[in-house]
Amino acid sequence: MTPNGTAGEKWNLRLYTAGQSPKSLAALDNLKRMCEQHLAGRYTIEVVDLLKNPRLAKDDQIVAIPTLVRKLPEPLRRIVGDLSDTERALVGMQLKQQK
Amino acid sequence: MKMERPQARSLPKAPTGIHGLDEITGGGLPRGRPTLVCGGPGCGKTLLAAEFLIRGATQFDEPGAFITFEETGEELAQNVRSLGFDLDRLVEEQKIALDYVRVERSEIAETGEYDLEGLFLRLGLAIDSVGAKRIVLDTIESLFGGFDNQAVLRSELRRLFRYLKDRGVTAVITGERGDKSYTRQGLEEYVSDCVILLDHRVTEQVSTRRMRIVKYRGTTHGTNEYPFLIDEEGFSVLPMTGLQLDHEVSNERVSSGVPALDAMLDGKGYYRGSSVLISGTAGTGKTSLAAHFAQESARRGERCLYLAFEESPQQLMRNMRTIGVDLEPHVKKGALRLHSARPSLHGLEMHLVQIHKMVSEFKPAAVVIDPISNFIDNSTAIEAQAMLLRLVDFLKAKQVTAVFTHLTGGGNALEATDIGISSLIDTWLLLRDIEVGTARSKGLYVLKSRGMPHAREIREFVVTRRGIELKQVTGKAGKGKRKK
Repeated sequence: MTPNGTAGEKWNLRLYTAGQSPKSLAALDNLKRMCEQHLAGRYTIEVVDLLKNPRLAKDDQIVAIPTLVRKLPEPLRRIVGDLSDTERALVGMQLKQQK
Repeated sequence: MKMERPQARSLPKAPTGIHGLDEITGGGLPRGRPTLVCGGPGCGKTLLAAEFLIRGATQFDEPGAFITFEETGEELAQNVRSLGFDLDRLVEEQKIALDYVRVERSEIAETGEYDLEGLFLRLGLAIDSVGAKRIVLDTIESLFGGFDNQAVLRSELRRLFRYLKDRGVTAVITGERGDKSYTRQGLEEYVSDCVILLDHRVTEQVSTRRMRIVKYRGTTHGTNEYPFLIDEEGFSVLPMTGLQLDHEVSNERVSSGVPALDAMLDGKGYYRGSSVLISGTAGTGKTSLAAHFAQESARRGERCLYLAFEESPQQLMRNMRTIGVDLEPHVKKGALRLHSARPSLHGLEMHLVQIHKMVSEFKPAAVVIDPISNFIDNSTAIEAQAMLLRLVDFLKAKQVTAVFTHLTGGGNALEATDIGISSLIDTWLLLRDIEVGTARSKGLYVLKSRGMPHAREIREFVVTRRGIELKQVTGKAGKGKRKK
């Protein structure tokens, strides 16, 4: 499997959560696993807890939780859900072409 | 189905401040609970919701949160500016919080479980930032376009409505009219307290907006359709009163403006708050007689609203001046307001709404509608009667003396002021051409006048430079009333 994206590209990911909800925790676990598998060494994950900073939900147009935003590489992508559907998550992040 | 005890206790209500709406809802929307406002595109849902919020913030010291799913803040501000509201300033003054929630399916991929906690946080933020007592969600159905998982949406929606109730905010939720249900996504399922349906119809190129309260739990409400207007001052709904005959009745009398006519009416003129109909063929002096009354009212220092549907104010003033009735000074003083409009410009009901609004604002003691015939001719008899009934009822309830003129056809139809409005009219004056020998002259008589002995004879009259003058009764017809 070849990741979609050039080898040197930096991935900047932001995961919006609301506290330590099961869905949020699951999303973070799933995300880490996928990144290790496909983007080892060239990704950063920033977790934004909207319970602590609800203002960001407005500023960043977040409705569903958890929401993953791929900030880099561009273009910006949004993926909602706990990322348990790995196949769709990879497609959504464009780490994999849609079949 | 649950049956509520009627009026067991009245629910606390949040006044909308919208002209007429508080009357038909018995005081406003259910306080601390959600109300659904639905209707087709362009029916005015968003504007109604916005006005509810803005009036809450400006008139009732209840800050509000506007959550829009369809328009950006700027678009919304622009829309409500057309109603004369400055949304930007209210946002600046922290009386209204605005949040545009954008949901676009194309941007969102779904992978597994999620909820709409982000939306809840935003609602909470908006409510807390201004201490909102009211909230508008316009229109939450957009969420259904943005997300795939209907089951999640529905359970989140249920949670949302519970959340709003827990927060104790009075909420207005808008929804687009669906084929078989009030809203596309069946939002009515979640809103059990109050559902308002808006409608915009165009028949024969005349547009009419109507509102219906489909449901209002714990409150008796009219199930009728109420016409409403949207103009530069926002919404006005025409409340139809219960059509009960329980108006206050005045014993006070007001002059018709023609002393000799007052004499025919038991020497004192019309009853205050009564309805007077002046009917007659063309050129018999209906407007002149009505203008005398208007002038006399203004002269007494009572406000009079004169609605002219055939002449412009300038023309009316000019013409009346030639018969010695100078309306202009009273207009300048503000005691008399002349308003002209073409009857065909709006539907019957729109006129009614407008009259209603003008009367509520200007608070006249007397109203002249000259003539009422055009309305009658432009509509079916049933409609016309219903409208007149509502108008008469409304004016009576406000103790406004009303004078209507009505143009009748020639010949025998004189008395046949067809539409069965007779029963609504307290004093009915008939003007007609009479032939005396080879000369044509004008005659006036009182067809009926409730609650007073009145003259029975036909009086000949002339319109001179000094106004309407009744001639002395000649012959045996006189019954001595003239002596007063």
